[in-house]
Amino acid sequence: MYKDVLRSIEGVEMYPIISLLVFFAFFTVLIGWFFLADRDRLSELAALPLDTSKGEERDDE
Amino acid sequence: MTTNVIEEQPARVGGNYQDRFSYDNAIVRDFSIATIVFGIVGFLVGLIVALKLVFPDFLGFIPELSYGRLRPLHTNAVIFAFAGNAIFVGVYYSLPRLCKAPMFSKALSKIHFWGWQAIILAAAISLPLGYTTSKEYAELEWPIDIAIALIWVVFGANMLGTIYKRRVQHMYVAIWFYLATFITVAVLHIVNSFELPVSIMKSYSFYAGVQDALVQWWYGHNAVAFFLTTPFLGIMYYFIPKAANRPVFSYRLSIVHFWALVFIYIWAGPHHLLYTALPDWAQSVGTAFSIMLIAPSWGGMLNGLLTLRGAWDRVREDPVLKFMVAGVTAYGMSTFEGPMLSLKNVNAIAHYTDYIIGHVHMGALAWNGGISFALLYYIIPRIYRTKLYSLKLANFHFWASTLGIAFYVLSMYFGGITQSLMWKEFTAEGFLRYPNFLETVTQIIPMYAMRVVGGLLYIIGAIVAVYNIWKTARQGDLLADEEDQAAPLLAAPRGEGLHRWLEGRPTQFALLTLVAVLVGGVVEYVPTMLIKSNIPTIAAVKPYTPLELEGRDLYIREGCNNCHSQMVRPFRSEVERYGDYSKAGEFVYDHPFLWGSKRTGPDLHRVGGKYPDSWHALHMQDPQATSPGSIMPAYPWMMEDRLDYSLIGDKISAMRTLGVPYEEGYENRAAADLEAQARKIAAGLTESGMDISYDHEIVAMVAYLQRLGTDIRSDSVYAARHAKVTTRLEQGSGFDALYALTKPADLAAGKAIFEAQQNLCYTCHRNDLGGQVGPNLTDEYWMHGCDTGQIMTNIKRGFPQKGMLPYGSGKALSDEQLHQVASYVLSMRGSNPQSPKAADMTRANPCSSDTW
Repeated sequence: MYKDVLRSIEGVEMYPIISLLVFFAFFTVLIGWFFLADRDRLSELAALPLDTSKGEERDDE
Repeated sequence: MTTNVIEEQPARVGGNYQDRFSYDNAIVRDFSIATIVFGIVGFLVGLIVALKLVFPDFLGFIPELSYGRLRPLHTNAVIFAFAGNAIFVGVYYSLPRLCKAPMFSKALSKIHFWGWQAIILAAAISLPLGYTTSKEYAELEWPIDIAIALIWVVFGANMLGTIYKRRVQHMYVAIWFYLATFITVAVLHIVNSFELPVSIMKSYSFYAGVQDALVQWWYGHNAVAFFLTTPFLGIMYYFIPKAANRPVFSYRLSIVHFWALVFIYIWAGPHHLLYTALPDWAQSVGTAFSIMLIAPSWGGMLNGLLTLRGAWDRVREDPVLKFMVAGVTAYGMSTFEGPMLSLKNVNAIAHYTDYIIGHVHMGALAWNGGISFALLYYIIPRIYRTKLYSLKLANFHFWASTLGIAFYVLSMYFGGITQSLMWKEFTAEGFLRYPNFLETVTQIIPMYAMRVVGGLLYIIGAIVAVYNIWKTARQGDLLADEEDQAAPLLAAPRGEGLHRWLEGRPTQFALLTLVAVLVGGVVEYVPTMLIKSNIPTIAAVKPYTPLELEGRDLYIREGCNNCHSQMVRPFRSEVERYGDYSKAGEFVYDHPFLWGSKRTGPDLHRVGGKYPDSWHALHMQDPQATSPGSIMPAYPWMMEDRLDYSLIGDKISAMRTLGVPYEEGYENRAAADLEAQARKIAAGLTESGMDISYDHEIVAMVAYLQRLGTDIRSDSVYAARHAKVTTRLEQGSGFDALYALTKPADLAAGKAIFEAQQNLCYTCHRNDLGGQVGPNLTDEYWMHGCDTGQIMTNIKRGFPQKGMLPYGSGKALSDEQLHQVASYVLSMRGSNPQSPKAADMTRANPCSSDTW
């Protein structure tokens, strides 16, 4: 039933090519972000669970 | 220091307005109790099924407590009840604190809690009763599936609502993992649970055969990924920094970890189906992505462990960190082992064996169990405003659990590899060294016993932990509403880079996660559904008869697929042992597929026609009678219970709706066909001395087993081989006028052949020749003649209609060997076996041969 519906889709060969492109694009963007991210802001974000906003001292600082 | 008990503080930033609000600790406590209770229950059921593999008659043979029904209860209990509730403990504790906002709705929290526990209860009742879909970790029937979907949405709504109301602009990485969990599990559950109900507790999978297998393992694999991995990683990213009191090693790495994991994981499902009838390209995609997974998995593990840099001394003292470190390390080991097992050459050895059971328990006991207990050790003292009752007991728990895991996992590794090598070993002559599957089972029973010891140690540790946690709660008092304050959130900043924009927007973030997850699903699964050539149809494959369909439902009800696969892989060792390898086209009417994932017993895909009906009936009634030493449970109730086939018409109609070509109107004739086939089988059983009426469950079961794999075999390999033997014999190479050998050496050789496990003579005639399913060979009554040459011919030709195959179980004997074994049989005349089988005087005649 649903198989016949899907069978009517044309150009199924495109799937692997699309996947390669999506994959490549995805990780290119991720690598780009990796090098461009702001270091100071990241360390601020990393401290979010630690509740430093309440003025507690972290014992490694 | 890091305590969450907040003293009233004036607002820090001079004059700025601070919201006051409180966190709901009561719901965290409720989920903690559920985690503990269901954890212990799940572990104990695991211990029971482990014991059943060592002592098959442990707890007797009660349908509700049989292995095939309890094993799914164990897996569901530990995954969805224990780990599931632990996830909710972690989320309900950390999410509000990361958002600086209470949970969105206390009512939703309550509905979520009680709904989830009700589902667990429904599972605990329905699985032992035999209501199951047979799909691993998705065994629950359709009404419960719907309840799961609804409650899951309640959880998601509560979580998203909280995120929308947050007072912290950035969603911390733990929240991403929680969001991905919610979205992906919803998609997986819904897609894998497409099923057509037949009655209130019975449904058929929407997919068939290869497609069903692919969807199921896309689900099964990602249930591990998004139920047992991502939420626990979220917990790791919150609680390790909290417990170590220092930020995560690299936040940058955590972001890469998240996206890479979410993007890649979804593709790896087909590695559960290597060497099966799944199209090769899909298998290769699964392998490639599994190898890629090492990178994000190990990135995450290192990120967790390196967070403890400079704080390793604390790991010595703090049970929370101890369990976290052991858990994260086990995660690293499992996520290295997983990709290795996905390599086809490794998979060829490990798959279907207990090695995989060891692999999953490394993850389940050390990673999920360890993180869950660490969570409880962290949270309970804090919400009860006290200290852990006893560090000593917590340390004892740690060592009991670690040792238990070592015992468990190592025995399964050892047993799994041993069995696999035995399955594959050939003699110099080119025959299987262990042609009787049972030999490979009895060999590893000591390993099963060792596994019980490991499991027991783990449970002892867990019980000590429960006591410790209970005492901790008793000595403190619950802070049900924990107050906190934070400045309200200003409008989100704009134009500061894509990811920064995304991090503040839960909706867009969730959608992108969904896209990342779906890409893999669409690319990998749609083409399989799409391209007709992926599943070559085979003309000889026909739908099941009504009786076989009922038998198949019994096979599902009893959970036979928990120990028996139905997938002969294309290896020489498997083709030798089981018969022709399985083809994708053979499963096109299998709703659901029953390929199985573990071979505690032999593969059954080619079992049809291999033994007589009476052998199967006897074997189901008492496996030890036909296979001494077998650890298969007995199914005496199938001999007594009447088959309920009142739904057969509906079942046929449902199957037709799903695409099985039963002709229009057949549902009305199905019951009559069923009865006719059942009467024929019952008549045959009666002839063999078993008093079974046609309307008993065993008849349907036998019908199904005898059908398995025969569609394409009946007209090929099997028939061809039998024809060849018959022709040769008819062309005059029979054994006329031979006299029995009398030399002791020949008789000893004949005895050895008769008793050899691979020849299986004993399963029907018994080692004392007194007869069981087959006739007594020591009396003077013979059905097919009694002179030496005739007996040799009979052994060589077999009686396939009655279940005696050419050459016993299929191994060729030389003429000399035939002569020896026939002579041995004749030498046993009048030997007075124990409980001899009475001769069937309608078929047998007194012997009158002069060569006798």
